[in-house]
Amino acid sequence: MGLLSDPNRRRALISLLTRLNAPICVVCYMAGVAWFMGLAFEPFTLRTYMSENAMGSTMVEERFPAGERALGTGREFSAHKKKAGGMPVDWLVKTMQSRGLEVFTQRFSRRLPFPDEDKERYMVKGTNVYGILRAPRAPRTEALVLSAPCSPGDDNNQAVGVLLGLAQYFRNQVFWAKDIIFLVNEHDLIGMQAWLEGYHHTNTTGMDWSPLQGRGGSIQAALSLELSSDVVTSLDLVLEGLNGQLPNLDLANLFYAFCQKIGVLCTTQGKLQRNDWDSVSGYSHAVQTMMLMVMKQASGRPWGDHGLFLRYHIEAATIKGINSFRQYKTDATTIGRLLEGMYRKLNNLLERLHQSYFFYLMPSLSHFVSIGYYMPAFGLLALILLLRALDLWIQLATPPTFNLNPPPSQMSSPGVLSVLTPLVISHLTGVALYTLPIHFQEIAVEHFPVSETEAVVLTAIAVYTAGLALPHNTHRGLFVPPFNGWKVLKLVAVLYLAVLLGCTALINFSLGFILALTLVPVAAFVTPDVPKALSAFIMVILSPACTLLFSVFLFQELQEMPVSFLDGWMLYLSVISQGILDHALYGSLVYPLVALLVYPCWLLFWNILFWK
Amino acid sequence: GCPKDDFQEELVIRPLHSGDIYASFQFRTLWETDFMRGNKVSHYRLFPKSLGQVISKFSVRELHISFTQGYWRTMQWGQPFLPSPPGAELWVWFQDSVTDVDGTWKELTNVLSGIFCASLNFIDSTNTVQPSASFKPLGIGNVTDHRFLRYATLPREIVCTENLTPWKKLLPCGSKAGLAVLLKSEKLFHSSFHSQAVHIRPVCQDWQCKTTSWELRQTLNVVFDLHTPGQGKLEWSLFKMFSRTLTEACPLASSSKIYIDITDDPQGEQFEVSPATHLLSQAMVLGDRRTFSVYDLTQQITFGTVRSLNLLIRWKSRDMLRPLLHAERYVAGYGLQTGEIHTLMYNNHPYRSFPVLLLDSVPWYLRLYIHTLTVTSKGKDNKPSYIHYQPSKDRVRPHLLEMLVQLPPNSVTEVTVQFERALLKWTEYTPDPNHGFYVGSSVISSLVPSIVAMDTNSTREQPLFSSFFPCKEESSYFMRVYTEPLLVNLPTPDFSMPYNVICLTCTVVAVGYGSLYNLLTRSFQIEEPSPGLAKRIANIIRKMRGVPPL
Repeated sequence: MGLLSDPNRRRALISLLTRLNAPICVVCYMAGVAWFMGLAFEPFTLRTYMSENAMGSTMVEERFPAGERALGTGREFSAHKKKAGGMPVDWLVKTMQSRGLEVFTQRFSRRLPFPDEDKERYMVKGTNVYGILRAPRAPRTEALVLSAPCSPGDDNNQAVGVLLGLAQYFRNQVFWAKDIIFLVNEHDLIGMQAWLEGYHHTNTTGMDWSPLQGRGGSIQAALSLELSSDVVTSLDLVLEGLNGQLPNLDLANLFYAFCQKIGVLCTTQGKLQRNDWDSVSGYSHAVQTMMLMVMKQASGRPWGDHGLFLRYHIEAATIKGINSFRQYKTDATTIGRLLEGMYRKLNNLLERLHQSYFFYLMPSLSHFVSIGYYMPAFGLLALILLLRALDLWIQLATPPTFNLNPPPSQMSSPGVLSVLTPLVISHLTGVALYTLPIHFQEIAVEHFPVSETEAVVLTAIAVYTAGLALPHNTHRGLFVPPFNGWKVLKLVAVLYLAVLLGCTALINFSLGFILALTLVPVAAFVTPDVPKALSAFIMVILSPACTLLFSVFLFQELQEMPVSFLDGWMLYLSVISQGILDHALYGSLVYPLVALLVYPCWLLFWNILFWK
Repeated sequence: GCPKDDFQEELVIRPLHSGDIYASFQFRTLWETDFMRGNKVSHYRLFPKSLGQVISKFSVRELHISFTQGYWRTMQWGQPFLPSPPGAELWVWFQDSVTDVDGTWKELTNVLSGIFCASLNFIDSTNTVQPSASFKPLGIGNVTDHRFLRYATLPREIVCTENLTPWKKLLPCGSKAGLAVLLKSEKLFHSSFHSQAVHIRPVCQDWQCKTTSWELRQTLNVVFDLHTPGQGKLEWSLFKMFSRTLTEACPLASSSKIYIDITDDPQGEQFEVSPATHLLSQAMVLGDRRTFSVYDLTQQITFGTVRSLNLLIRWKSRDMLRPLLHAERYVAGYGLQTGEIHTLMYNNHPYRSFPVLLLDSVPWYLRLYIHTLTVTSKGKDNKPSYIHYQPSKDRVRPHLLEMLVQLPPNSVTEVTVQFERALLKWTEYTPDPNHGFYVGSSVISSLVPSIVAMDTNSTREQPLFSSFFPCKEESSYFMRVYTEPLLVNLPTPDFSMPYNVICLTCTVVAVGYGSLYNLLTRSFQIEEPSPGLAKRIANIIRKMRGVPPL
């Protein structure tokens, strides 16, 4: 800091930063990307280890014997589900009661803001059934949850079977110290949302539900089970929850430890881990796994029923049974034993899971990157914005000579207005993007031959595109902007973007990083003097909407399910509608963040490009 | 003459509708003596000396202490004979001669802590309250000035064998003879619910109440889990429950009996007891008329030819009537800043409303917003007719909230109050702060209309003239219901890395903040090299002439 208090050296440093600003920015960007790619390289990552002592050293012997019977129960469930045409509430209540649980039901209903064409639902009415296994001599203060969604069609019957089988087996054991809640939720996430809101008596999304009659105190951990075949080849662990929240890493460690112990193939992001990290294909495999996690986390949507628990500070994960063409098969008994082991360990918990990391990325199930390692990648990108801001500040502060303290009145009064107008207008456009799609769907449906869902998505795209035409003309009508007015605007916009991305990355690193990857180059190099047509093209390519489009293609590519352009476009439209629905149904923040803050911020740069 | 004393023991077994089985032991010692007024009592026979000394030293008028492991499931099990909250509960009425009640209370809790091997020494002013209406004396005497009452619960207290042993030592026969032989910890703590208590109170010696005697009641309640899948009959025996059979009564006992509740099916189709007994007894228990088979252990014939009694019970579980009053409580909301306590009180009586007294004692670190207190029944505001609220003082005393609420028939009454979670000082956190902090059970005391009075179609043969006005004695009964304790998470710092935090903070303050502050507040100027002597002289001359310096 002595460097800065010496005027001569300060001047030298500043002139260095000003002269070399562009090269430094380029280097920072490349270093940021390189750092990020390096995160998947195994020698740079840490092996996972169990931090929680209560779950670590204790031995647990798994004895669950009744996998076949559980599958039989699953088939019975499936038959009753077909007969009832939905959740077989009475059968479930009776079955759970006969297994010695205290059984309760919860009804809920929800009208979606517009029809969900992916899942074909609009008016949703359903019932959750849950049974509580009361721990002997426990005062109902702590509970664990095991849930299985009751999906339409033939899906997930085995999960309900295993859940009921475990309930029966657990009921006869004496070692439970926490109540265990066995929950079968209808309409997957909507049912789960209703149940969790009922349990905690909150109402964040305006859903109708009947109050719960039985509770088990504060829920310590939860697992959601998805299983659609009698045998599986591997189990997949899903961690990404609402708004990119992740459960404590110890939960993942627990799953991994038991998979190792029992000998079950386990994956994350559907990818097995490989041992050949030093080969190119091994490294690219790790990159793919990590990128999938980054993209899922960035989407901010719950990727399994567990995702909604995280809001309530309940550590939760989804375990998915996958049946592929591999030779090695795992039966239901083994899955039951795995879950038994996990619940016995969770039952041993003396405190909530808190010892391990909450912020991490996983290039494989046995390795992780903690926040201290991945944040520099984002920091390097954010540094570019600060360097550009510094450069602009110096340019503005010292127009002809090197006077460090210009009289402030010279630039402020017209400058403030010239900045304020585009700022206000672009945010109003953002507000329109946020509110219009849902409110205008009826009018749109009346006047155009589209469905409600298409109306919402197309309105969103229309508002987005219209925004490109609107704001860059506005400041001209009002007054003559001062010379260098765009620099003031750009300074404000760059700092705004830096704060915005910084806050986003703290909460959801992946979203912040992906936005930074595309928005930072735009922010760094856009001026009114660059060639208009080419720059405009590049800016549109790097705008949030196109980022989303590329992400959709990249995601499909990473999942090894590449799509044609047309299919990709349809997928893109459905992703937009899902994003809006996630916001309305579960309170996901990605849509309002993009509409109300990121898009207006990008419009400011668009404005600068067309500044005259 | 020698003061009279008397000892009785009793075991009640009630098969529950859920299929579990409930065993309730009561041991009563009566002693016609006077501990008060400087009366030095030194000769003890049946009454335990340790408790006698406590009564006289601390001028105790009434003492009730219970240790409970587990939560009584009212909805499955009905009403217990003696309710108690999870953890430890202690309430004491002192004689009005006591001047320093708080000091005496403090000493008493420490002494009891030693007697019962429990952490009662953790009772201090932050968890002690003086309820104004909920805990009236159960013995004789009309002094109800609640300045002499102290009530405290420790919801976290774990009850185990180390508490059982000193409790058993208070019995005249110990665990050597009589019913206490059955109290083996390996079975008692292999159950769904376990509660043991000691109640001391003065009672009348005769109906004129000329002399008083001290009553010590030791009770032990236990519920055994008998879950067998399928619909077959349930079977249970003394040996299966306690891994012991009975061979004799306690020789010091004047009465020693086992009661088996056979109300549900006295004809014996669904219900078999062996060996059979012709002794039946009827009693009004908790507003219900119950029938019991009685086994008198003081009679040799009870033990039969094998000289050992192993009662065998077979029954079928059935649905039960919903209990008329039950309650539950939970914390609503998410996040670590605020929350809301919801207390639900169910009145399942089809047509009668009745008032309940709700007592809530909440630790100071949940800062109750009392203006957010709402009481609603059937969607309408239900104004309590009596509210006694004592706000908390940080680190000194808890919140105390007592309310008299009328519960409409067939309704749920919901009491909600919002709170803010306090940030504790770092030394105030428990060793396991992420486990959460406990809030003791709410206590709901009420006179509940009895089930017998509900019986309008009069299946029992009764003279018509006796049944028009409900008889007061049978129309309602006193009942106390405890809600579950709450486990609340408070904002907790990450204790695992104080060193890192201290280092980081110091670095940031010293390097970052210091220099940045310097840079922002100072203005920097380039110092001119000092001018030569000739120039300075020239400047002085120019100044005198009034022209600008060089």
